[in-house]
Amino acid sequence: MSLFFIVALPFFGALLPGLMNAAGRSACAGVTFTVTLAAFIGLLTNLPAIIAGDVVMARVDWMPALGLNFTLMLDSLGFFFALLILGIGLLIIAYARQYLSNKDNMGEFFTYLLLFQGAMVGIVLSDNILLLLIFWELTSLSSFLLIGYWKHLPEGRQGARMALTVTGMGGLAMIGGMLILGQIVGSYDLSVILQNRELIQADPLYVPALILILLGCFTKSAQFPFHFWLPHAMAAPTPVSAYLHSATMVKAGIFLMARMWPVLSGTTEWFVIVTSAGLITMVLGAVIALFKHDLKALLAFSTVSHLGLITMLLGTGTAFGAMAAVFHILNHATFKAALFMSAGIIDHEAHTRDIRRLGGLRTLMPVTFMIVSLAALSMAGIPLLNGFLSKEMMLEEANHTVLFNNPWLVPVLATVGSLFSAAYCFRLIAHVFFGPVRDDYPARPHDPGAGLWLPPALLIIPVVVIGVAPFLAEPFVKLVTASVLGNAAEMPSAHLKIWHGLVPALYMSIIAVAGGLFMLAIFRPALRLWENTPRPEAKVIFEGIVEGIARLAQILILPLHNGAFSRYAAVGTITIVAAGYYAWTTGTLGAPTHEMQNADPVLISGWGMLVAATIGMVFLHRNRFLSLILIGIVGLMVSIGFVFLSAPDLAMTQFTVEVVTIILLLLALNFLPNRTPVESTVLRRMRDAGVAIAGGLASFALAYHYMLRDPVASPISEFHLANSYKGGGGTNVVNVILVDFRGFDTFGEIIVLSIAALLIYALTEALLGGPVRERLLNRKPKEPQAGGIHPMMMVVLTRGMMPIVMMVGFYIFLSGHNEPGGGFIAGLIVSIGVVMQYMASGFSWTSSRLKYPYHGVIGAGVLVAGFTGVGSWFVNKPFLTSDFTYVRIPPFEEFELATAALFDVGVFLSVVGAVMLSLESFSRLARRKESRTAMYPMDIDPSRPVQPEKEGV
Amino acid sequence: MELLLASAIGIMTAAGIYLVLRLRTFPVILGISLLTYAVNVFLFTSGRVAVGAPPVLRDDITVYTDPLPQALVLTAIVISFGMTAVVVMIGLGAFLGSDDDHVDDCPDVPQDPPEGTS
Repeated sequence: MSLFFIVALPFFGALLPGLMNAAGRSACAGVTFTVTLAAFIGLLTNLPAIIAGDVVMARVDWMPALGLNFTLMLDSLGFFFALLILGIGLLIIAYARQYLSNKDNMGEFFTYLLLFQGAMVGIVLSDNILLLLIFWELTSLSSFLLIGYWKHLPEGRQGARMALTVTGMGGLAMIGGMLILGQIVGSYDLSVILQNRELIQADPLYVPALILILLGCFTKSAQFPFHFWLPHAMAAPTPVSAYLHSATMVKAGIFLMARMWPVLSGTTEWFVIVTSAGLITMVLGAVIALFKHDLKALLAFSTVSHLGLITMLLGTGTAFGAMAAVFHILNHATFKAALFMSAGIIDHEAHTRDIRRLGGLRTLMPVTFMIVSLAALSMAGIPLLNGFLSKEMMLEEANHTVLFNNPWLVPVLATVGSLFSAAYCFRLIAHVFFGPVRDDYPARPHDPGAGLWLPPALLIIPVVVIGVAPFLAEPFVKLVTASVLGNAAEMPSAHLKIWHGLVPALYMSIIAVAGGLFMLAIFRPALRLWENTPRPEAKVIFEGIVEGIARLAQILILPLHNGAFSRYAAVGTITIVAAGYYAWTTGTLGAPTHEMQNADPVLISGWGMLVAATIGMVFLHRNRFLSLILIGIVGLMVSIGFVFLSAPDLAMTQFTVEVVTIILLLLALNFLPNRTPVESTVLRRMRDAGVAIAGGLASFALAYHYMLRDPVASPISEFHLANSYKGGGGTNVVNVILVDFRGFDTFGEIIVLSIAALLIYALTEALLGGPVRERLLNRKPKEPQAGGIHPMMMVVLTRGMMPIVMMVGFYIFLSGHNEPGGGFIAGLIVSIGVVMQYMASGFSWTSSRLKYPYHGVIGAGVLVAGFTGVGSWFVNKPFLTSDFTYVRIPPFEEFELATAALFDVGVFLSVVGAVMLSLESFSRLARRKESRTAMYPMDIDPSRPVQPEKEGV
Repeated sequence: MELLLASAIGIMTAAGIYLVLRLRTFPVILGISLLTYAVNVFLFTSGRVAVGAPPVLRDDITVYTDPLPQALVLTAIVISFGMTAVVVMIGLGAFLGSDDDHVDDCPDVPQDPPEGTS
C-alpha cells in the first residue's frame, strides 16, 4: 500500500468514530479497529521490500520553494516503529472498548486516538524534516487531548497542560535545531541529511543544532531534567497511558535520536550530553519508582527509567549500543504496555491502584497475576524473558563506556539503576499479588473478561518467545539496527543469546537481582528513610516557574493591555504616531513636485462647514441627537467634496450611505440614553485631547506632503484608463475597475458586507431570544408618542415616490458601466426607497408586503456574482473573466451586453439585502408589546394613552 | 486646495480620535465614523486631486483623475457602513443586556490564583 495511505488512513478514519457514536460503543471501537487494521496491513505489504533492504519512498511536492515537501520514507527503522504504533494500537483499541465506561464519550476518545496514531505514523515515515516537525507538534496536541480526556478531573487537565507545555516547548526548540540542520545541508530531506555526516559535524552550528534537537527529544521522551511531566500525564485513562506513555509517544524522542544517529552521534558533545542525561534519568527514575504507591506512577517512573536506559545506549555512539537500544525498544514496548494494561485491569476491578490497599490478589486474579508476573520479571531482567537479554547487552555496553575519564562511573550507575529496577519489579509482584487476601478492597477483585486480559496476554507471547529463543528476533533487530547505523558504523558481529559465558555483565546482573531482592526485604525502613528525606517536588517547581512567567507577562502587558478599550486606542495611536515621527525625523523629504492648486470659494465654504461641524461634534457630543445632525453635515460635505474633486461615483455612494447610516444611528439612539454624561476628569480630557491632536497633526502632515508630490512609480491606473473601454467595454473607469479589473476584490467585498449583515441579524436573534426580549417588549417609550404614528402626508408621499426611486435606481444601475453609477449605488438607492416605506407605513405593513426575505436576497446576490465568475470556466478562462458584445434590437439603438453587468446584478442584490437586513434587524428590536399591527396604513396608535377630550374643542 | 484637504483630514482625525477615547459607546461610534471619513478622504487623495476631470472616458478629453483610489474608496464606504452597523449592534446589545454603555471593562486582573497552584 502506498505510504500516503498508511499515514492518511488514521487521519481520515478519525472522522468515523465521532460519526459512529450514535451507532453504539462497539461500532465505534470496531470502526477504529478496522481503520487501524487497514493501515497495519498496508504497512505489512511493504515488508518484502524492507526485508530486501530497500527504502520505500513516496513524494508529493507541496511547497518546493520552501523545501517543504510531502515526502515519506519507509526503511526498517520506520517500519519497526510503525509496526509498534499500529500493532500495539490494535491491542489498545480492543482494550479501550472494554475499559471505558458507558459514561465516557467513546467516539471522542477514538477520534483523538486515531489523530494521535496518524501523527505518530507520520513522524516515523516522514522523510522531510519540516513535515516531521508538523507531525511532531500534532502528537503533542493530540496527546494533550488524550491526557485531558477526563475533563472533569483536575489532575487530568493539569497533567495535560504540563505535558503540552513541556513537549511543546521542546518542539519549538527542535524546530530551531531542524532549521539549522536544513541550512547546513541545504536540504530538508532526511535521506539527504543522513548522507552528510562530515559536513554537519564540521559546521560551527553543529552544537547549537544538536542541543536544540536534543531538547525536543528529551522533552518528548521525558529525559532528565524534563522527566517530571510523564508521571503527571498518568491522570489519563489507562489505555492512553499504555499507548502513549509506554509504547509510542515517549518513544518519539528515542526514534528521532535513532533516526539522527548517523549524523549527530559520535562526537564528544553527543556522547556527554546524551549518555549522562540517559544515565541520570535511568537511576533517578528507578529510585523514585520504587517508592511510588500508585501502580501507574510506579510504571510511569519505571518508563522514565527505561527511556533513560535506551537514551544512554544511543548516547554511547557505538554500533553495539545502537543494537542494544533497538532491542530494548522492542522489549520494553511489549512488557511495559502489558504492565500498563494490567494496572488498568487492577484499577478497573479493585477500584484502586494504591499498592498499599492491595495485596493477596494472586488467588483472586490468577490470569492478571500471570501476566503481570511475567512482564515484571522480564522488566527486572530475569533470564528466559526478553528483558534479561537487552539488559545484559546494556550492562555489557556500560562496561565499555568511559564517561568523564572514569571507567567505574557508568558501570556502577548502570548496576544501581538495574538494582532499583529489579527492586520495584519485585515490589510490584510481591505487594500486589502476594500476602494475605484482604477483606477491605474497595471492590471485590476478580479477573476481568477476555476483552480486557487478552490484549496484554498477547503481548506476553513475544516476551517469553524472544526470551527463550532470542535468535528468532535477531534478524529483525539487525535489520532495524542497520538502518539506525546508516553508513556511520559497521554492523556489530555480536549475536543475541542468553548465555554469553561468565562475563562482567552477568555478575552485574546477579548483583542487580540480588540487590533488588534485598531492597524488597528492607523496603519498610527504606521507605521511611525516603519519606523523611527532603527532595524537590517537580510539580511545585514547574508551577512556580509558570506562575512566575505569567506574573512577568502581566507586569509587562497590563499597562498596555488591561481590558479597557480606551487604553488600547490611546496606546495604538501613540505608537503609530511615534513610528511615523521617527520615520519623519530620520528620513529625507523630497522637494514638492507640483504647486499647490488654488482653492475655489465653494470648496472653502464647504471646508468651513466641515470643520465647524467636526469641531462642534467634539464640544457638543454629549447631546447625542445634535451630534448625529453634525455628523450628517460632515458626511454631506465629504460628498460634496467628492463631487467637486472629480469623483461622481464616490459622491453618490457617500451620499446614499450617509442616509442609511443616519437612519441606523437614529434607530440605535432610540434605545440608548440621549445624553452622554460627564465622567472623565479634566486631566483625562486634556490627555485625550493631546493624543488626538498628535494624531491629527500626523495625519495632516502626511496627507499634505503626500498630495504635493507625484508618485515615485507610475501608477497602474494608466493601464486601467487605457483598457477600460477596449477591454472592459465601459467608459466609467471606476465602475469597470469594480466589476471587471478588480472583480474578485469586489466579490470579496460583497461577501464581507453580507457577513456583516448576517452577523447583525444573528446578534438581533440572540438578543431577542434572551432575557433582553422581555425588557424590550415592556419598554416605556422615552418621548411621548405622536398620535398619528403613520402620518398621512408621509405615507402618500413615499408611496408615490417608490416607483420613481425604483426607476432612478434602475437607471443608475444600467448606466453605471458608462456613466457614474453601478450596482453599489443603485443598491443603496433602492434600499433607501424601501426604508422610506418602513418609516412611513410601519414595520408590519411593509414586511407583510415583502415577497423575499433579505437573507435570500443576499444569498442570491452572492450566488449570481459567483456564478458569473464560474461561467468563465466553461469557456476555459480564469474565474471572473468578463466578456461583452454589442447588440441591436431593431427599433432601438445599439446597446452593450456585458457579463460584468450580470456581476453587477449580484453586487446590487447583495447590497440591497445587506443594508435592508441590517436596518430591519434594528427595527425589530424597536417593536413593543403594546404596539399592535395596524390594519390600515394610516391609523391612530391604538395603544396610546387616551387624552381626555377637552370641552368645546 | 491641498492645504484645505489635508487640514480637513487632520481635523477629522483629531476629532475622531478624541471621540474614540470617550467612555461611552455612542461617542466612540461617532468617532469611528469620523475616522472613516478621514481615512476614505485620505485614500482618495492618494490619487492626487484634480477639479473637473472625472474618470469617465470622453472622446475629446485626455486628462482624467486616477480612478483606482476611487474604486477602492467606493467599496470602503459601503463596507464601512456594514462595519458601523455591526459595531452599533454590538454596543446596543451590550447596553440592552447590562443597562450600561461604558466601553471599558474593569482592568483584567486575575482575582483567583490559576488552577493547579498549591
